[in-house]
Amino acid sequence: MGLLIKTMQKRSIKLNGLIGLLQKTGHNSLQILASVGRGAMFIMSLLPALPYSFWRFDLLVKQIYVAGVLSLPIILTAGLFVGMVMSLQGYNVLVDYNSEEAVGSMTALSLLRELGPVISALLFAGRAGSALTAEIGLMRSTEQISALEMMAIDPLKHIYAPRFSAGLITLPLLTLLFIALGIIGGYMVAVGWLGVDEGAFWSQMNSHVDWREDVVNGIIKSVAFAILISMIALFQGFNAIPTSEGVSNATTKTVVHSSLGVLGLDFVLTAVMF
Amino acid sequence: MQRQLKIEIWVGAFVLMSIAALLMIALQVSNFSSWKEKPSYQVSALFDNVGGLKVRAPVKMSGVVVGRVTSIGVDPQSFKARVTMKIDRTYNELSIDSSASILTAGLLGDQYIGIEIGGDEEYLAEGSEFELTQSALVLEDLIGQMLVKFSDSGE
Repeated sequence: MGLLIKTMQKRSIKLNGLIGLLQKTGHNSLQILASVGRGAMFIMSLLPALPYSFWRFDLLVKQIYVAGVLSLPIILTAGLFVGMVMSLQGYNVLVDYNSEEAVGSMTALSLLRELGPVISALLFAGRAGSALTAEIGLMRSTEQISALEMMAIDPLKHIYAPRFSAGLITLPLLTLLFIALGIIGGYMVAVGWLGVDEGAFWSQMNSHVDWREDVVNGIIKSVAFAILISMIALFQGFNAIPTSEGVSNATTKTVVHSSLGVLGLDFVLTAVMF
Repeated sequence: MQRQLKIEIWVGAFVLMSIAALLMIALQVSNFSSWKEKPSYQVSALFDNVGGLKVRAPVKMSGVVVGRVTSIGVDPQSFKARVTMKIDRTYNELSIDSSASILTAGLLGDQYIGIEIGGDEEYLAEGSEFELTQSALVLEDLIGQMLVKFSDSGE
């Protein structure tokens, strides 16, 4: 694998003109293919190390703290405000049809199905994913990972696996909190401020939200996003060129790739599920 | 050590908060409490037209939900729509000549099945069928009938 990285990173000879264009396209495509291949090999070597993260539970707990607890403020605030805005906007439309009680089920359904999983995933990619890439990239550039390898400590088990598992556990939990806070925010605006009847608000929500169809599908979505973001963040850190510029590039790539990936995957999952 | 303890406490609080959020979503927001299977029995009814009736639509008696529609399909012999529904075991004394009709909640609401109780001593049981049914009102048919009436009275 090391040889492959070296050949790809070696400065290639540049040609001019039409042939140059051809060569550039070829060079770029080969590089993209190589990074896909490296990504796949990285994931394949990471998978057998995953159970280890539950054995070294203290490492996992530390990573859940870093990715989860430290992301709480932004997730909770965002959830509250998204719920409040949904409720306010929904009320303005629904009040024309005299069915403002439906604002509860509207807020809950859109949070459970789309907004909760997607916005939490985007925030998680920006807050935790980028930090993950930067941390691993810097560990590589300061040769901490090589040092671990020299002491016969497997970095896959000690560095990558706990971080991956932590992301996998954390994002669904954050999503649940986001949705709950969003519904509470929607309730505060609709019932507390706009004067929607409290009983009708909850009973409408109750009769329209289905446990299997809406709640479980939302959680499945957020688990899929968690796998995607953790994979991209870890791989970008692993794949970063170990210089300050390389690490900063990798961090940007993590946020861009995982945001686009989340939005694309969301469309596919929605098309399959609903 | 002190630091590890602090981290563990925070993570514990985080996980507990998330579980509380899940419980709130399950109990307060979704229909999780009505999701679990209550003891019920299955009956069916043939309708000429089910209109916009959907699977999981409520079955009501005097406005109270007593069951749910479980499947809708076409009966291969009569080519009518066969609607099967589950009714709670607690309501097991519905007489066999009760009638089922497809009604609409409000002007534009969802459609549901309304049961009207008959007077027979025999009761509906697992697998029995409603004899008396009334199909959904289809707006196009209504308008068609009205037009026929108008043209008749015009002559």
